[in-house]
Amino acid sequence: MQPEIRPSQAFWQGVTGALPFTIVVMPFGLLFGVVGTEAGLDLAQVMGFSFLVIAGASQFAALQLMTENAPTLIVVASALAVNLRMAMYSASLAPYLGPAPLWQRALIAYMMVDQTYALSQQRYEAAPPLSLSAKVAFFFGAAAPVVPIWYAATLAGVLVGTAIPPEWGLDFAVPITFLALTAPALRTVAHIGAAFTSVTVVLLCAGLPWNLGLLVAGLAGMVVGAEIERRMTARTEDAAE
Amino acid sequence: MNYTDTQIWLIVALMGIGTFLIRFSFLGLVGNRPLPDWLLRHLRYTAVAILPALVAPLVLWPPATGGTPEASRLAAAAATVAVGYATKSPIWGILAGFFTFVGVGALT
Repeated sequence: MQPEIRPSQAFWQGVTGALPFTIVVMPFGLLFGVVGTEAGLDLAQVMGFSFLVIAGASQFAALQLMTENAPTLIVVASALAVNLRMAMYSASLAPYLGPAPLWQRALIAYMMVDQTYALSQQRYEAAPPLSLSAKVAFFFGAAAPVVPIWYAATLAGVLVGTAIPPEWGLDFAVPITFLALTAPALRTVAHIGAAFTSVTVVLLCAGLPWNLGLLVAGLAGMVVGAEIERRMTARTEDAAE
Repeated sequence: MNYTDTQIWLIVALMGIGTFLIRFSFLGLVGNRPLPDWLLRHLRYTAVAILPALVAPLVLWPPATGGTPEASRLAAAAATVAVGYATKSPIWGILAGFFTFVGVGALT
């Protein structure tokens, strides 16, 4: 029988697995610092976002709506809608980490980002199985390089941002970032259908006040994506019978 | 941007609390009960539905040009999507978009 993997070993497995992701996290943190500063936020506010929210896409979404002077509640609702996918992450980690002490689960929730989730989920499904404390240690290991680099990159971005003259016009950095995040996620017909629907609806709803068109379009995209997936699954099951 | 410091901190705080509650939801409060299939199916598409919807009006009617469509922004958006899709990498997509934006901007 194989010796059990100790929590300290699992921690370092997490660290090693997460290191390549820091290359992705760094430019996004940097860009958020720069764009946030250009938009008129001060150091504490930009760092407040990266420290309290730690979710790049939703931070950029909030920033974009704030430069359009959208009402506070619309900014918050739209930005949180971007983060709804994390409820799915939470649900998929719950069977593995649910028995851990409450303070550990709270800390895990705080550091649950795309990268830490994806790594941990893969490891928990793989062999050899980890004990509960090793699972928790693996997650913290995966977060150890990613989360501090997110803070540091944001700070570096703020310091660089104050040195960039406003006439450079970084207004197009956010749209490019979002398109770059979306394109690789268009893995299936359902994803493409969801994106196409939401773009069409948001353009048709351009007249709606307070950026409500965004929430309507997001909802429409989700419904269409889910419906395409349901029909395709049903068809595959029919074919299998 | 026309917000008071209080409003900005309110946005940061509400987003922080809301995002934490989303992440903590099943791990912390609901326990081990599995999510219904229909809900998981919808949650899977939140990111691909919201992000492009946020961007589309900015690409077609950029505020920086007063809402007139402009070649360098349209070309940059197309290049970002094409390269991001082909390489499956956000970083390559951003680089492609950035250089297209600067390049076409310099030509026009």
